[in-house]
Amino acid sequence: MAECGRVDSNTSHTMDKSITLPPDEIFRNLENAKRFAIDIGGSLTKLAYYSTVQHKVAKVRSFDHTAKEAAGDKLYEISMQEEVTARLHFIKFENAYIETCLDFIKDHLVNTETKVIKATGGGAHKFKELIERKLGLKVDKEDEMTCLIKGCNFVLRNIPHEAFVYAKHADSEFRFQTTNPDIFPYLLVNIGSGVSIVKVESEDKFERIGGSSIGGGTFWGLGALLTKTKRFDELLQLASKGQHASVDMLVKDIYGGSYGYLGLTGDLIASSFGKSATADKEFSKEDMAKSLLHMISNDIGQLACLYAKLHNLSRVYFGGFFIRGHPVTMHTITYSINFFTKGEVQALFLRHEGYLGAIGAFLKGAEEDNPNQYSWGENYAGSSGLMSVSPDMNPMQRARSGTFDMLEMDRLERQLVNLPLLQDPSSYIPDTVDLTEDAPAREYWLYCFEEALDGVVKRAVASQPDMPEAALRAEKFRQKYRHKLQTLRQQPFAYGSLTVRSLLDTREHCLNEFNFPDPYSKIKQRENDIALKYYQKAVKSLDELSWEEKQFALVRGVLAGNVFDWGAKAVSEPAFMPLGGQTDFCIFFFIPLSERPWLVDSYDQWLERLKGPPHKCALFFVDNSGVDIILGVMPFVRELLSRGTEVVLASNSGPALNDVTNGELQILTERIAAMDPVIEAGLREDRLLLVQSGSSSPCLDLSRLDKVLAMVVRERQTDLVIIEGMGRAIHTNYYAMLSCESLKMAVIKNSWLADRLGGKLFSVVFKYEVPVGKPNKDCGAFSPC
Amino acid sequence: MLLLFCSIRCTVLLLKPSWKQHYSFPWFGMDIGGTLVKLVYFEPVDITAEEEQEEVENLKSIRRYLTSNVAYGKTGVRDVHLELRNLTMCGRTGNLHFIRFPTQAMPRFIQMGRDKNFSSLHTTLCATGGGAYKFENDFRMMADLELLKLDELDCLIRGLLFVDRVGFNGHPECYYFQNPSDTQSCVKKPCTLDNPFPMLLVNIGSGVSILAVYSENNYKRVTGTSLGGGTFLGLCCLLTGCETFEEALEMASKGDSTNVDKLVKDIYGGDYERFGLQGSAVASSFGHMMSKEKRDSISKEDLARATLVTITNNIGSIARMCAVNEKIERVVFVGNFLRINTVSTKLLAYAMDYWSKGQLRALFLEHEGYFGAVGALMELLKTTEDP
Repeated sequence: MAECGRVDSNTSHTMDKSITLPPDEIFRNLENAKRFAIDIGGSLTKLAYYSTVQHKVAKVRSFDHTAKEAAGDKLYEISMQEEVTARLHFIKFENAYIETCLDFIKDHLVNTETKVIKATGGGAHKFKELIERKLGLKVDKEDEMTCLIKGCNFVLRNIPHEAFVYAKHADSEFRFQTTNPDIFPYLLVNIGSGVSIVKVESEDKFERIGGSSIGGGTFWGLGALLTKTKRFDELLQLASKGQHASVDMLVKDIYGGSYGYLGLTGDLIASSFGKSATADKEFSKEDMAKSLLHMISNDIGQLACLYAKLHNLSRVYFGGFFIRGHPVTMHTITYSINFFTKGEVQALFLRHEGYLGAIGAFLKGAEEDNPNQYSWGENYAGSSGLMSVSPDMNPMQRARSGTFDMLEMDRLERQLVNLPLLQDPSSYIPDTVDLTEDAPAREYWLYCFEEALDGVVKRAVASQPDMPEAALRAEKFRQKYRHKLQTLRQQPFAYGSLTVRSLLDTREHCLNEFNFPDPYSKIKQRENDIALKYYQKAVKSLDELSWEEKQFALVRGVLAGNVFDWGAKAVSEPAFMPLGGQTDFCIFFFIPLSERPWLVDSYDQWLERLKGPPHKCALFFVDNSGVDIILGVMPFVRELLSRGTEVVLASNSGPALNDVTNGELQILTERIAAMDPVIEAGLREDRLLLVQSGSSSPCLDLSRLDKVLAMVVRERQTDLVIIEGMGRAIHTNYYAMLSCESLKMAVIKNSWLADRLGGKLFSVVFKYEVPVGKPNKDCGAFSPC
Repeated sequence: MLLLFCSIRCTVLLLKPSWKQHYSFPWFGMDIGGTLVKLVYFEPVDITAEEEQEEVENLKSIRRYLTSNVAYGKTGVRDVHLELRNLTMCGRTGNLHFIRFPTQAMPRFIQMGRDKNFSSLHTTLCATGGGAYKFENDFRMMADLELLKLDELDCLIRGLLFVDRVGFNGHPECYYFQNPSDTQSCVKKPCTLDNPFPMLLVNIGSGVSILAVYSENNYKRVTGTSLGGGTFLGLCCLLTGCETFEEALEMASKGDSTNVDKLVKDIYGGDYERFGLQGSAVASSFGHMMSKEKRDSISKEDLARATLVTITNNIGSIARMCAVNEKIERVVFVGNFLRINTVSTKLLAYAMDYWSKGQLRALFLEHEGYFGAVGALMELLKTTEDP
């Protein structure tokens, strides 16, 4: 009955919440669920299951153009198809709800293949009988530490911004770490009731190299004795209000000041509780709790440092219920680590630390499905994010937000890897501005996305005219996304660093959630159709120009094409509508681009480069459908092909805003090939390739790209990377350093951003870069870097 | 309240310049720690009749007072069993006395120094420990005494090596435990520190300092921890209402920490084989105290024992890690936390042996907490030698 203290300490405050747990919102997709795993800790239960999600996807299919009458005017057919994808669900709730939750699961579980539930955690044995009885599943216990490590490896590998450094007094409390593809070796310090220190060297190789009995249980047990306070959270609350100097003997209490000879400052604790060895003084609960917290945190930090030093490890992750998102303990542990290692080792924490055991237990049970061979992505729509850490929160609020918590991860169709041309993958950060740190920018973008919400909802409804319930779904989408935005306003760090990219991705996830897979499909189709009609005319007029005029016109074409962007705020404003609507696309050639010199202008260098030998292979990350891809990008590609450069067109795997998808691009390119022998020859001779990026985002993360794309890039010895558009070249990758030549082109279609960058609306960024120390001519992908 | 010099009559005589010896008596070495003041006093036994005659009354009464009492005031104690007899220091023979009193009594001590006009003896008061700095001004202002402040770690090492060298009245100063892993056959065995370097020196006072010592003058402080003797006593006072170290230890000796601590077997039902953890190992200190039911029924003795075991094991664990990191096999534990504390010494011996699989040996010294004071005294003799 070792756990009974924890349970009874929770009953008092859980009663009022039993009505607030809405199981149907939490246990989603239960009807398709299979493979359950459960991790029962001292006070929280974490349930994991694998499920399939059926959702609609927009597919494009080329019409058979021999039967013209059936196709009408349309270029291709869009159909909504049901697609089944895999999703991992993780739910955290208080142990008090176990029975309610098991009942709910039993009532909704359809899949009868499931026979076993993997279980881990200290409480697993206690609830074994209950689970077996309620669910009719056999409980199969898994080793706690093995599960923890498996889970840890999984989140480190699959969730960008999983690990963070905690800095209480910095502008941004959370500093997220960039995902390092090489996660091993590391040290995991798990602070449960005791402390385990585990060295992890590879997926299957780990060792408990040490530990300590002074852990969370000591804080809780000793704290409860000293302060007569029952709950762990309340103890932390007390501690955060106390002054430890009244209880602890400091160096200055012994020396009268600092111990200069050894460099020990006066405020250092010489003896924890050293002042309480007296009968004639009363100490406040707060002060004692604080002193205890310091004592335990420092001790754990010291041991962790000693082990890190002995094993020469610099990455140390902290987890366990003592840490679990509590700012107070993250702060004291961080302080201790900084003190003992003088900054050589950083204390790292994990966003999904509480789920590690459940994830690991699940993975143990799912080994036959080989989940580790896939890439997984956090679904922002279905995940709760980190809980609030405002310093003055009251304990009830905190307990409430911790009532239940969800994490959903989607299995990605493809494995994602780094672009091989990144100069330094370990320091690559896709996003240009970290909104977690930049408060004014955060304010603006949150406002901007909220403002744009009405429009998105309208467009979503309009994209499904045949479905009467679309309006209702769109309304649900609005609520969900607005709620996400509100959460992010309070907790910008909830999903890792807040960025324009994450805001856009969250919106896409929410749209998908409510079966709006591609609200722009119809618009894209129409615009592609119209733009195609102007292709030959455009090419012809370009061919009439002199070489130098032509080069400029091509660049101008890409930039002007990029102005046609339904996703951009300024473009969808009424004043701009005539240009973006169904008007004569000839106007495209008269788009009021700003005069040179542009805001960022290395056109002259680019032109000089073009006078030299052709590139071996160009990788072009494309942006929008319609005018952009057809009249801007394609003529540019055509010129590259004519020069003898191979071209890889990388487009999104799935829809995002009006960005051209790989499926659409296949059809468009075929149609263009029919009109243009250069493109036709390129396709035929395999010098023009259409490859999907692996992404469904309006932005671009060069560290998470389709493995096939990476392979093609390597094989073709790509020596030029072109990135087009605001999402991919400004919001992300503006500062990305590549090991080969790169060209970033975009028109700033947002006045706030233009202002930020020191320009005006529709300012042009034309950034041509050659890596330092690399002569133009031998800029191959295989150079050592 | 400490009344160390209460019986010294205020007889002020002038020091005679014809004093023959190099170093004027009295010889004191003082270590003012966070909790305790440790005082060593060299009582010359080879005083010639001439010296006797010339000795100022003040000095004489100090000697008589210190050597004829074992307790001074309410809290001052002379550890008679530690006395080093017929010791030769700087050509003089005498007995070295070991006295301690709480640091809290320091103001009273200084006041007495003033009342008894100690400054007239023209001796140098060598002091180490943090209090040498903290109370320096008080000594000067209140008692007109100048302290010769010495670094505590320098003194600790010098004193330790000296006492080990001269031995403990014909016996070795150092000891260890044979069969530390077996409570039945675990016995204390004397030994010598013939070749003491390198050693890891763990000084457990109110807090803990851990030093790697390579020679008398070459050492470094590896680390320290704030979980020391002060923590044990402080927590015991809060948890049990006891007031003294002796009381706390007395309770601890009767208690059972497994009623307080959660053991590996309490969680796993037995050993945690995956990681080679014995079922009897402590998994969570005070872990059982998370349960209200158990809190309500726990005894003070059990709490005192658990506090002692927790602090001791933690020190053992840190010391062991330091020994491994510094590649030192000899770990010497000193400090007043170990006084009359066989629970801790045996536990440390066991922990060193068990966790290092016999690689490390824990050594202990009889004069646990007095080496700083001895080192301070030696500094006095050194400074007087080379004026």
